[in-house]
Amino acid sequence: MSDSISRRELLKAAGIAGAAAIVRAEAFPPAIEPAQAPETLTSSEYETVQAIFSRIVPSDENGPGAIEAQAARYIDRAMGGALASIRPAYSAGIAAVDAYARASMGASFARLSATDQDAVLTDMQENRATGFMPDSESFFNLVRAHAIQGTFSDPFYGGNAGFTGWDLIGYPGVRTAVSANQQRMDVKVTPNHRSAYDFGMFSKGEL
Amino acid sequence: MATTLPKTNVVIIGCGAAGGVAALPLAQAGIEVIGLEAGSWVTTPDMAPDELRLSRGAWPPGVQKVNREIPTVRPNPSSPVTRGNDHPMMNAVGGTSVHYWGQSWRLNPWDFKVASETRRRYGASRIPMGSTVEDWPFGLEELGPYYEKVEYEVGISGKAGNIKGTLDPRGNIFEGSRQREYPMPPLRSTGYTEKMAAAARALQWHPFPGPAAITSRPYEGRSACVYHGYCSGAGCHVNAKSSTAVSTIPKAQKTRRFKIVTEAHVTAIVAGNDGRVSGVNYLKDGTEYFQPADAVLLATYTYENVRTLLLSKSAAYPNGLSNNHGQVGRHYFSHNQGGAVSALFPFNLNNWYGTPSQGVAVDNWADDNFDHAGLDFIGGGMMWVYSERRPIGAVNALQGWLQGRPNWGSAWKAFVKENADRTNTAYLQKSTLPYEDNYLDLDPEVKDPLGYPVIRITAEYKENERKIAAFIQDKMEQWYREAGAVGIQRAAIGGAMGVSTHAYGGTRMGDNAETNVLNRWGFSHEAPNLGVLGASVMGTSGSRNPTLTVQALAWRTAEYLAKNWKTVAG
Ligand SMILES: Cc1cc2nc3c(=O)[nH]c(=O)nc-3n(C[C@H](O)[C@H](O)[C@H](O)COP(=O)(O)OP(=O)(O)OC[C@H]3O[C@@H](n4cnc5c(N)ncnc54)[C@H](O)[C@@H]3O)c2cc1C
Ligand code: SF4
Repeated sequence: MSDSISRRELLKAAGIAGAAAIVRAEAFPPAIEPAQAPETLTSSEYETVQAIFSRIVPSDENGPGAIEAQAARYIDRAMGGALASIRPAYSAGIAAVDAYARASMGASFARLSATDQDAVLTDMQENRATGFMPDSESFFNLVRAHAIQGTFSDPFYGGNAGFTGWDLIGYPGVRTAVSANQQRMDVKVTPNHRSAYDFGMFSKGEL
Repeated sequence: MATTLPKTNVVIIGCGAAGGVAALPLAQAGIEVIGLEAGSWVTTPDMAPDELRLSRGAWPPGVQKVNREIPTVRPNPSSPVTRGNDHPMMNAVGGTSVHYWGQSWRLNPWDFKVASETRRRYGASRIPMGSTVEDWPFGLEELGPYYEKVEYEVGISGKAGNIKGTLDPRGNIFEGSRQREYPMPPLRSTGYTEKMAAAARALQWHPFPGPAAITSRPYEGRSACVYHGYCSGAGCHVNAKSSTAVSTIPKAQKTRRFKIVTEAHVTAIVAGNDGRVSGVNYLKDGTEYFQPADAVLLATYTYENVRTLLLSKSAAYPNGLSNNHGQVGRHYFSHNQGGAVSALFPFNLNNWYGTPSQGVAVDNWADDNFDHAGLDFIGGGMMWVYSERRPIGAVNALQGWLQGRPNWGSAWKAFVKENADRTNTAYLQKSTLPYEDNYLDLDPEVKDPLGYPVIRITAEYKENERKIAAFIQDKMEQWYREAGAVGIQRAAIGGAMGVSTHAYGGTRMGDNAETNVLNRWGFSHEAPNLGVLGASVMGTSGSRNPTLTVQALAWRTAEYLAKNWKTVAG
């Protein structure tokens, strides 16, 4: 393999970064992080995406949702990385959400009440909202998938902050080894709150 | 013009599950072998337990050749073709065995004799109309020693159910007789698989742990499986998965007679006017090479095996290599694995970890293990449930259970929170037959980036396959209900045979050269020093995954070549 050297280098680098990441992960506050400037999206796009995500996975009596998980941070980073190719279409979609919100409810999406936001999202999902390319249902499905990825993917990608997503569904965490006891039905495995990249042995994926 | 390289004894095209096995008996016999492999090596750093990365198309790593040549699909010649945009097979040293599930079955005795056994037991009229099924040119007894060889050389864990005719209910009592136990005990059970096994026993069925190309304890210097839950479609970070990249390939390399050229894309096999093959053309880093060889073994998986033959035209083979009888691409079928059954339980299953090979099987309703006299189909299905679940997958798996309720918002979130660990989907593999009008050929329009046509699949599941699927869905529902499931869902049955991870036929093996591309040893009826490896040689599927059979056949073909070197290659 031509790049075996660079892979080995990566492994080493991952080892060091991994150790640092463990410390960071364990010190992670489970509460909302202070607002920060988006890395790829514009502030207004970020605000809209975050508002949509917070209706898809709301924070409620069942615990934290997409806001606490910082799912929007996930998609913000992905738009500058692995999903960069869809960035223009994504911006157009977000603009269409705000345009439709203004036209139907009188304000941009993030400024609407939760009830009105839900009405806009329902119109999108049922393909009644206008101004989308190719249509509002496709954009709704895309954003919904991103809200789920941002809430339940490895925290390495910027979402699932403080492992709130995994705790919500009872996923006990990434392990590089699992015992027989941890596979019993009468056992509730204690979450370990580890990212794949806390283990130091893996090269990192694209954000 | 291509650069001509020094001649070697054998070229193996593709170092995957099949090619990676064939190298070993050849190299051990003192034969010089060059493996031309389109992919490269993947190692532990590539194998992060990262669900998003695995599902994003970032795994398999690197630019995948399979994704540039995805076959087109149509159920029949009067339908338009469709084409998917990714293909789960792998280009790497070890091929798809790097990230497969590793279930490693011997076929049941019936699978070798479907035609004659059906005639004998139920009458000739019970062979489905239009099927081109033939008995294999040999039975399980012939393949037994090769299965055993591969079980030990690759490293398979499992529990035998029939050693020299003595049945052991801890294993599969329906399997054919074998000489020895597996080299390793089966993978351990889980709370959930034990629950399912108990339910099967309550139904008077015979549950057992399936065989796996995964170490249940340290084996030949590799560590035991750690059941970490990122096994399906993912590489193993501790080399517990017995891919050929960590088993037979390194052993063959140790002989110093097996050399692998990575990122070598074979474009054609060259044949002379005498009908014999003389070597292969391949591209590496934009340069074209000709690698001469005494014999060639083609092991690039079913679609690429057929495509390579059809693209290798010459004066001796104007319609493609070894295709003067028009059999290349015929007798094709995708394994009947659709029509899944899913269950919802009223309690958590703790299925977050494990591997798809860590499960429990029921073979009572597979193959001809039950009487079909009063039924209107032949064959059957094996039922399999296992432990492995990942967070995004767990959330998405609930989609089907919403029954019209919104799939977002607070009510959805409450549902997800409650049920994320309460669903399960069974893996149902069913016997599948070849038919006259199911086939592979070259697509007349769609081409890969090099300008070569891709494979076109023209095939659909027929009545026999649909009836088995419905029958097995009933059995699976019964099993899940017995274990306490409160909801059952069944996926649709039938339709076009899509691009499959279990793709059979296209270069079928059999004594009759009019209906088979290969002879009983896996060598061409037409080009005597060309062998083909992979499920493309198989004429029936049985009700279980193909790879161990593919590997046993690969060993057998390679050993035959070594033992008959002068006749075949000389
Ligand atoms: C997710 C998944 C799970 C699976 N689980 C199981 C299981 O549990 N049990 C089971 O029995 N089977 C399973 N399978 C199927 C199994 O992977 C295949 O049966 C097996 O890998 C086929 O072996 P092969 O050698 O024919 O093909 P591969 O293993 O795919 O090897 C083919 C090799 O040829 C190379 N190649 C292709 N074209 C060229 C070319 N033109 N030039 C040079 N090299 C080339 C490829 O790069 C590859 O390395 C699974 C498959 C998938 C995708
Ligand atoms: S479950 Fe076992 S075999 Fe599969 S990847 Fe993990 S350790 Fe390897």
